[in-house]
Amino acid sequence: MPETMPDNRAWLGVLPVLLVVAFSAVIPLMTVVNYSVQDIFDVHTRLFVGFDWYRETLRDPRFLDALVRQLGFSAAVLALEVPLGILVARALPRDGRWVGVLLVLLAVPLLIPWNVVGTIWQLFARPDIGLLGRAVNELGIPFNYTAEPLHAWITLLMMDVWHWTSLVALLAFSGLTAIPGQCYQAAAMDGMSGVQVFRHVELPRLKSVLVIAVLLRLMDSFMIYTEPFVLTGGGPGNSTTFLSQYLTTMAVGQFDLGPAAAFSVLYFLVVLLLCWLFYTSVIAERGER
Amino acid sequence: MSWMAWTLPTAIFFAAVALSLVVMTVWERVSPSVARRGVLPMVTTRGDRFFIALLTAAFLHVLWLAFTDAPVVIASVLALVAGIALMRWG
Repeated sequence: MPETMPDNRAWLGVLPVLLVVAFSAVIPLMTVVNYSVQDIFDVHTRLFVGFDWYRETLRDPRFLDALVRQLGFSAAVLALEVPLGILVARALPRDGRWVGVLLVLLAVPLLIPWNVVGTIWQLFARPDIGLLGRAVNELGIPFNYTAEPLHAWITLLMMDVWHWTSLVALLAFSGLTAIPGQCYQAAAMDGMSGVQVFRHVELPRLKSVLVIAVLLRLMDSFMIYTEPFVLTGGGPGNSTTFLSQYLTTMAVGQFDLGPAAAFSVLYFLVVLLLCWLFYTSVIAERGER
Repeated sequence: MSWMAWTLPTAIFFAAVALSLVVMTVWERVSPSVARRGVLPMVTTRGDRFFIALLTAAFLHVLWLAFTDAPVVIASVLALVAGIALMRWG
């Protein structure tokens, strides 16, 4: 034991937050777990069913399909938005009077509510009256996101890239502006090419902000609901039905509270695992432990 | 608290989780954890290993329920053994 115990009284300052989190997150989560082991008929009529809902959900092909779609969507979003965001950030001027204007313009898509983004793209991509859908069809490329699953996916991904690449770009820009000018001068003296400067000077210093960007986009895309709901409604068929939409159909549409609660707990576990993996990789990367 | 739809098994489960947190806190106070590297591919404290053990237990149960109809108690025993091993050698 150390000779003097550390003074941990500052932790008491966290107590109010702990109470709020307990009230708004922990107790509701406990209730969901309670629901997940029961068949709920009404407030007073419940039947204990053990792990039956979990077993049923884990063997439900619709759940597994939605999970695979969700993982695929998140992977595609990251593969598109992170490189594109870095490219945009590198293309921005680091100083001068236009920087502020460009940053504000970049931030505009982030300020638009999700359902509005869905509506914009629903109209924009329509093959009959939408500018994008009509133009693509006029070019001789058949495009109809309401009927073709591939077209629906492409439209969804374009919409997400349009909405969220700015976030990655702004984060990457903040990382780039923090790199001292001397690093660039040293790279120039060494005769580094643009690619080498990016690889050996910029990328290592961007790692921290990029991990934050990846984590934010991963979590957000993994929980996406409103945009696909407005744009495609999960269709055509179930081709763009992601986990949250299937869960909402189950909980609110069908009022299957027990299975929906088991679904929620499984969804939560996957998110928890992904968060932990990223957190651990960040800690390992920084060598903090 | 009836709106929370409590059952005896879930009450025992959450009581066990709460109790384990209290025990871990007291243990840390009595004997502060030292970060070390065991069989896991990163340096961990006692709390890290406990969290990993809980996560492992959760996913062991998930896999068990997904792939077999055998009694879940076997998965619980396996999770307990894995948890002890992780705490000791993780």
